[in-house]
Amino acid sequence: MARVEPQMQYVLRTVEERGVRLIRLWFTDVLGQLKSFAISPAELENAFEEGMHFDGSSIDGFSRVQESDVLARPDPGTFELLPWSERDETSARMFCDVENLDGSPFEGDPRQVLKRNLDRARDRGFSFYVAPEMEFFYFANGDPSAPPQPLDSGGYFDLTTADVASDLRKRTIHTLEAMGIPVEYSFHEDSPSQHEIDLRYTDALSMADNVMTFRLVVREIAMEQGFYATFMPKPLSGVQGSGMHTHLSLFEGDQNAFFDPGDPYKLSKIGRGFIAGLLHHAPEITAVTNQLVNSYKRLVVGTEAPSYVSWARNNRSALVRVPVAKTGKESSVRIEYRAPDPACNPYLAYSVILAAGLRGLEEGYELPPEATSNVFALTDAERAAEGMVELPQSLADALDTMERSELVAEALGEHIFEWFLRNKRREWADYKAQVTPFELARYLPSW
Amino acid sequence: MEPLLVHPDPPPPELAQALDLGGHRWKAVLDEAAANRLEPDDGWGGAVVVVDGDAEGAFALCRALRKRDVPVEPLLLLVSGARLADLELRDELFDDFCLHPFHPRELEARLRHLFWRTGSGPSPELVEYGGLVLNLETYQAAIGGRPLDLTYMEYELLKFLAQHPGRVFTRETLLSRVWGYEYYGGARTVDVHIRRLRAKLGEEHANLISTVRSVGYRFGQSRWS
Repeated sequence: MARVEPQMQYVLRTVEERGVRLIRLWFTDVLGQLKSFAISPAELENAFEEGMHFDGSSIDGFSRVQESDVLARPDPGTFELLPWSERDETSARMFCDVENLDGSPFEGDPRQVLKRNLDRARDRGFSFYVAPEMEFFYFANGDPSAPPQPLDSGGYFDLTTADVASDLRKRTIHTLEAMGIPVEYSFHEDSPSQHEIDLRYTDALSMADNVMTFRLVVREIAMEQGFYATFMPKPLSGVQGSGMHTHLSLFEGDQNAFFDPGDPYKLSKIGRGFIAGLLHHAPEITAVTNQLVNSYKRLVVGTEAPSYVSWARNNRSALVRVPVAKTGKESSVRIEYRAPDPACNPYLAYSVILAAGLRGLEEGYELPPEATSNVFALTDAERAAEGMVELPQSLADALDTMERSELVAEALGEHIFEWFLRNKRREWADYKAQVTPFELARYLPSW
Repeated sequence: MEPLLVHPDPPPPELAQALDLGGHRWKAVLDEAAANRLEPDDGWGGAVVVVDGDAEGAFALCRALRKRDVPVEPLLLLVSGARLADLELRDELFDDFCLHPFHPRELEARLRHLFWRTGSGPSPELVEYGGLVLNLETYQAAIGGRPLDLTYMEYELLKFLAQHPGRVFTRETLLSRVWGYEYYGGARTVDVHIRRLRAKLGEEHANLISTVRSVGYRFGQSRWS
C-alpha cells in the first residue's frame, strides 16, 4: 500500500469503523449551488490519490470550449458524517477541490478561487476570519406558482406557529453543532416566519464550506417536517428581506490586525485601510455579494439593508458597521459588511470582499468620515455633499459596474469573471422580458 | 508500543520488510550485550529471533532474554524445517514459532495473536478520562458511550489534550504540537477547533475543556485543585 497521509488514513479508518456505505463528494458551481456525487468506500483511496474524473460540461460555470474533463479531489480535512441517514445507510461528506487533469487548480472552481485569494492574504501575514449572520424564511411549501405561505402570523398555520418554527430552528442548531458548525446566536427575525442563525467565526475557507452545509441542513430539516426553507433574498414584498451580514477580521498570528488600543474607534491603520477598500470597491463587488435579480429588491431605502456606501459604529443604515466592542473585549474589534445576502456564492463573495479590503490597505486608501446620521433620512444633496455613493440599484447596474472592475476580474480570475457576467446578463434579459403582476395591476386598468 | 528486538543483526531482508509493512518498530541486535545496550527505556516490546546459521548463539540470546526479572515477551522463533528438532526441551525459551522461510501473512498473524495473548503490542490503545474514550488504533472517540464524529484535526486536538489532562497549553503550543504545519486559520485556529470540539461534545460535556483566561486551554480538572 502506498504511503497514505495521516488525514487520509484517518478518513479511511473511520469509514471502516463506522460502517460508512456512501461518501458524498461535494463541490460548488459558479452560481453557488452545491453539487454532489457519491462514491463507495472501495473507491475512496483512489479518489484521494488520483481524484475522481468527471465531465464538467454539465456544471454551471465549469464548461470550456476545448475540453471539459476535470478531477474532483476530496479534502480529507472536511470529512464529516452526515447526521441524517439516506435509505438507512450511514453516509459522509467531503468537500472537493476541482483540478485540471494535470493537477493544477481548475479556474472554474470557486473553492480554488477563494484559496488563491487566501494565499495572497497569507503571503502578507494575514489570516482572514468571517462570521455570517444567516437569515432565511420558513414557508408552508416551495410551490412557486402561489405566494409563499409563512408559518406564523399568516393565517393558515397560526395555531402551531411559534412552536413549529422554534422546533425547526432547535433541530437545525443541534445538527449544525454536531457537524462542527458552532452557532453563536439564533432568533426569530422581524418578518413573519423569518429566522436568523449567527455562526461563530472561523477562517474564510472553512466558513464558505460551512455556509454551503448550513443552507443544506436548514432546508433538509425543514423538508423532513414537511416545510420549506428559503434563502431567497426577498420572498415577501413589504417586509425585510434576508441578508447575510458578515463580520470580518484579519489576524496576524494571534493578534487582531484591526485593533489599535490608542485609536478612538480602536481601529488600527490596517483596519481603516480595509474598511476604506471595502467602501471604495463596494459597488464593483455587489454583483457577486448580491447575485440575483431579486437581491436588489432587498437593498432598498427604509429597510435594514444598506443602499448607500457609508460606514458607522452604531448606525444600522450604514454599509459597513464597526460594532462598538464591549469593555474588556476591545481587542475583538471587527467590521461588519451588511450588503451580502444568503443566496450568494460564499467562496466568491469572501474572495471579492477580501480583495477589496486588502486593496484598501495596500494602497493606503483614506477612510472617509463616519456617517453619524441616518443615511436614509438625508436628502440626495446631503448625501452627495458627504461623498456617499449609491450601491447598484439593479442586477444590470451591478453587472455594468463589475464589468469595469479590474479588482473583481483579478480576484475571480478571467474564467469565472467572464462566465459570471455572461450568465447574469442572460438572467437579467430573461427578467426584463417578463410582464409582472405589478405592471398588470398598475397599467391594465388605465391604458 | 516499544520496538521489537530482532536477531540476527542484520536480519534477513524479507523479515525487515515484513515487519516494516506490518507497522512494527524494531531494532536488530547481535547478542545479549547488544540487547542490553540498545534496549529502550521501557523495555523491549517483544522479540523475533531467527534460528539459522548460529543456532547456539540464537538460543543463548533467547535464554538471556527469558532469564531476566521481567522476561522479554512475546518471543517468536523463526526456524527452518531442518532445525525443528532443536526446539525439543527448549519450550521455555519461546512463545511461538514460525517455519523459516516464512510467509509474511503467517508471520503477521502469529505476531498479532502473540500480542493479543500477552496484552502488549499494537492492540487497541485507549485514552480514557471521565466519560471520554479515545481508541488510538481505530481513531474512534466516544463520550458517555455515544460515538463522537470528529474531523481529523478535531480528533488530533482532543487526543493531545486528553493525553495530558490537567495541564494548561497555550495556543502556540497546541498549534505547533497538534497542527505543526501552515493552515489558513493561523493561531486563531485553535480557538475555532476548541469551540467545534465543545459543540460536538455537547452541552453536558463541553466543560471537559476549559479556557484558562489569557493563557490557553486545559482538559479535565486542574492538577492543583
